[in-house]
Amino acid sequence: MRRGEELLAPAALVLATALLGLAVSASTQTYFVDTLVKVSLVVALYLFIGNSGVLSFGHVSFVAVGAWTAGVLSVPRAEKPAIMPNLAHVLRETTVGNVPSLALAALAGLVLALLVGLPLMRLSGLAAGIATFGVLEIVDNVLRYYEKIGPGLNAFSSVPETTGVWQAAVGALLAVGLAFAYQRSRFGRMLRATREDPAAASAAGISVYRQRLLAFALSGAVAGFAGGLYIHLLPLNVDSLYLDLTFVTLAMLVVGGSGSLLGAVVGALAVSGLDSFLAAAENGVDLLGVHLDLPAGTRVIVVGVLMALVLVLRPGGLTGGRELRLPRRRRPGSPAPAEAA
Amino acid sequence: MTLAILNVSWQTLADALALGGVYALMAVGIGLVFGVLRLVNFAYGQLIMAGAYALAFASQWGWPSWGGILLCFAVVLALSVALDRLVFRPLRTQSPAVMLVATFAIAFLLQSIALLAFGPLGKIASSLAPLNRPWTISGVDIRKIAIVAIVVAAGCLLLLQLLLTRTSVGLQMRAAAMDFGTARLLGVRANRVIGGAVLVSGVLAAVVAVMLTVQNPLVTPDFALRDTIVVLAGVVLGGLNRPISATLGGFAIGFASGILGGALPTNQSQYLPTFLFAAVILVLLVRPNGLFTRGGVVERV
Repeated sequence: MRRGEELLAPAALVLATALLGLAVSASTQTYFVDTLVKVSLVVALYLFIGNSGVLSFGHVSFVAVGAWTAGVLSVPRAEKPAIMPNLAHVLRETTVGNVPSLALAALAGLVLALLVGLPLMRLSGLAAGIATFGVLEIVDNVLRYYEKIGPGLNAFSSVPETTGVWQAAVGALLAVGLAFAYQRSRFGRMLRATREDPAAASAAGISVYRQRLLAFALSGAVAGFAGGLYIHLLPLNVDSLYLDLTFVTLAMLVVGGSGSLLGAVVGALAVSGLDSFLAAAENGVDLLGVHLDLPAGTRVIVVGVLMALVLVLRPGGLTGGRELRLPRRRRPGSPAPAEAA
Repeated sequence: MTLAILNVSWQTLADALALGGVYALMAVGIGLVFGVLRLVNFAYGQLIMAGAYALAFASQWGWPSWGGILLCFAVVLALSVALDRLVFRPLRTQSPAVMLVATFAIAFLLQSIALLAFGPLGKIASSLAPLNRPWTISGVDIRKIAIVAIVVAAGCLLLLQLLLTRTSVGLQMRAAAMDFGTARLLGVRANRVIGGAVLVSGVLAAVVAVMLTVQNPLVTPDFALRDTIVVLAGVVLGGLNRPISATLGGFAIGFASGILGGALPTNQSQYLPTFLFAAVILVLLVRPNGLFTRGGVVERV
């Protein structure tokens, strides 16, 4: 048994992106770092949506809470009153380093996802989709106006920009590794069984509720962690952690193929690469001697069209929901591998 | 004069009823298409946005208001049919979740097209603005649009009820909503029924576009986006399996948000979405199939 085989392709893709990011100029490097952060974000989404087959529009709220936690705790003490004048006393007096802030971001995501999941994981289908949307709305609304825990409507400036290529790559690898370990564990397999057939799975003694809750909490932790990475990269504000990010990350997962970890990574890299290129093109870029200058807003249109096309033409995503295995000879008499749905 | 128990003024009550009416129309528009296609149309708000832009351009070109309204209907209907042909039809066999994500993508697509074509600042649709002035009824000021919206919503819902119960296409739509496979075996033509539902839902979107632009004449690319999110919550809250329960859900959430908006003290009214969605989640926990549905629906294997 080559147990780690399916981890190879996603991890290699992340490493290759990181190495490529080290080779380019500093201004282009930002795009690579951003892409790597998106990988951890989409892997967080995949951990729940991919394994459970239940839609969630709420994960960006865990990202936002993670970003807020890491951001509030890592702005230097001296600069806090200027950015966040109404901050609660405890938060104003506490400042932590880079790694603890990321850990706390993951913890915040975990706790929120657990709290939200306890009631919500009883739902499925459309009710789950709409209820998780409700979570996104509530968290956005609170972060937007409750200034005791953050900058409210202002951007989170002065957060130390520690997320470079290395931190983003290590973060993405951690997320990929955790998602892989989970999906190979008995819990991951049980959840995948409920995805394929909830009735048969519960007849086999699996608690759909518990397995979903576990995956939801884990993916909340990864999402919070990704939020921490994100805030250490850019001065975000509430609007950058709301509908647009929900759309882009869902698009990435769908384009790559929500059924496999490889799909999540490929989708994040492909869409993010395209998106970064178009973002550059909106500012004017020279490509193979042709000067490209696209109007602002083209990005979302292209990504939207791409997502719709993939959904219509190839609903399983680019990877078709399959992991990449090394080619091997099938032993005679063994059953053909089942196609992943 | 106020309603003492709730500390709500008559104006707030009328506005809440009007918002409930408009949201009920949106809910029917979403519910009808869901009935025949099992598709929750997230892009419904962008149909309304397109209609609102039509009104804004018509008033910019100095068209009379009936011309603007005609243009609004034409644009929304054309867009509805185009969406059905290009997106919904190829996706018919997919699961509801996939279709929801697809319409989510379409919503963003249409919104960014509007952003690209018309800019982020928005346009003013002013030709119907006089409707925003108040009428004084026995000492109480009530905006005309509130009354117009309530009357129009009631009228539309009545017409729709007649269409669904008294015409053959309505019967076919209800049959298709109940069990599409059996309905087709009994001679209901799929494309005709779906086309009919999409058209009716488009007409409702155009009506809503007119109502909303009167209340909020500044048309931006995210026009009606928030309303759609709230209505979607309302529709799921009411229960999607019958048009009537979806309508009631839409009305309930519109009315609740109108009353809450008026009743909450100013320093808390910014948290209105929090209260609203927390209530939605609570209700979904108690009744996951919807508030206004009869009996539990058990998924058969």
